[in-house]
Amino acid sequence: MNKLYPDAAAALDGLLRDGMTICAGGFGLCGIPERLIDAIQAAGTKDLTIASNNAGIDNEGLGKLLRSRQVKKMISSYVGENKEFERQYLSGELEVEFCPQGTLAERCRAGGAGIPGFYTKTGVGTQVAEGKEVKVFDGEEYILERGIRADLSIIKGWKADESGNLIFRKTARNFNQPMATAGRVCVAEVEEVVPVGSLDPDCIHLPGIYVKRMIVGAPYAKKIEFRTTRERVSA
Amino acid sequence: MAWDRNQMAARAAKELRDGYYVNLGIGIPTLVANNIPAGMTVTLQSENGMLGIGPFPYDDEVDPDLINAGKQTISELPQSVYFGSEQSFAMIRGGHIDLTVLGAMEVAENGDIANWMIPGKMIKGMGGAMDLVAGVKKIIVVMEHTSKNGDPKFLKSCSLPLTGKNVVDMVVTDLAVFQRPDHESPFRLIELAPGVTADEVAAKTTAAYEVAL
Repeated sequence: MNKLYPDAAAALDGLLRDGMTICAGGFGLCGIPERLIDAIQAAGTKDLTIASNNAGIDNEGLGKLLRSRQVKKMISSYVGENKEFERQYLSGELEVEFCPQGTLAERCRAGGAGIPGFYTKTGVGTQVAEGKEVKVFDGEEYILERGIRADLSIIKGWKADESGNLIFRKTARNFNQPMATAGRVCVAEVEEVVPVGSLDPDCIHLPGIYVKRMIVGAPYAKKIEFRTTRERVSA
Repeated sequence: MAWDRNQMAARAAKELRDGYYVNLGIGIPTLVANNIPAGMTVTLQSENGMLGIGPFPYDDEVDPDLINAGKQTISELPQSVYFGSEQSFAMIRGGHIDLTVLGAMEVAENGDIANWMIPGKMIKGMGGAMDLVAGVKKIIVVMEHTSKNGDPKFLKSCSLPLTGKNVVDMVVTDLAVFQRPDHESPFRLIELAPGVTADEVAAKTTAAYEVAL
């Protein structure tokens, strides 16, 4: 079975429909599935619910789908650095479910692992706990959080072999790992596809069972939000 | 004279211990990294999936795939390790991180903290702050003692939506340090910035606390 598709549009063919739920990897602009986001924008799929830690920044990453009004609801932990997101949220055009970052990661991990809910201390006594079951374990309060299952996961990896076994690079792994497991179908874009046997089986981050379709998205521009450096002190 | 941002960070850094795994928030807390005592091994965690944060990179070593939770470019150390967000928060929620230093808009006398939104005005989201205050062993807040308008930030109770309930162990401001031994005890004023008086602190604080100078 060939998992490698010629481009993002081909890889998403038959998977997109209005009103669907998508889990998207990435943290800020680091490790975002930008080719797949572009293809969803081009397809014009509407009323999307997207679980993603951030929503990109203005007109970058998922910010593009906000700009084109394709998103009905975001499930996110952080929306700073994105004026259009803030504007649509404050004006009521965009529904936002604020979810603590670790709870979001675990909701997707759990969903992908067949766990429909779990208890966590995160958010106890805050707005996040409103309407949620509270249970006491060993004298401490926990709230029930639901696992997330999505129709589609879109992720960005570094290298994959032809069978879909995939590795990430540095902090570009972030949410790509849990998001990959939460979708009924996961489409991955990578920088390079290599022959089976060329990646060490002990060093695979995401087993190929999770990756149903993939594309090579290179070359990537890889934008940086805050370029911080230090001076080289000359001897 | 009140402490400046770096001096506040240096004061918080005095709470570090050899072997600690530490998560630093954005802003003044980040400066704690510059104040790790020589000879002490402290491993910094970045909640986007890294243990062993190195210094900012040299200009020609900037890597877009290597950032901290504030989305700044950083570098790695020989002992650095990367992981996914689910693993990152498993170590936070699971109580494996020894200490976190966070900023705050408000802290209350009962240890409540608010630092993620101002209704109708500012909405950034909680990011990983709710997970950190729920899971990390010791929570230090570093913040200016009063707001830009001069209003107290260490209060009887928080007016803003909470990030966590009864979670703060220590508050370091530009004027003073407050600490409590456990989450049932009141905060104690344990230290003043040079030249700052206990009366001045009292005048700028609405939280109840004991004085233990």
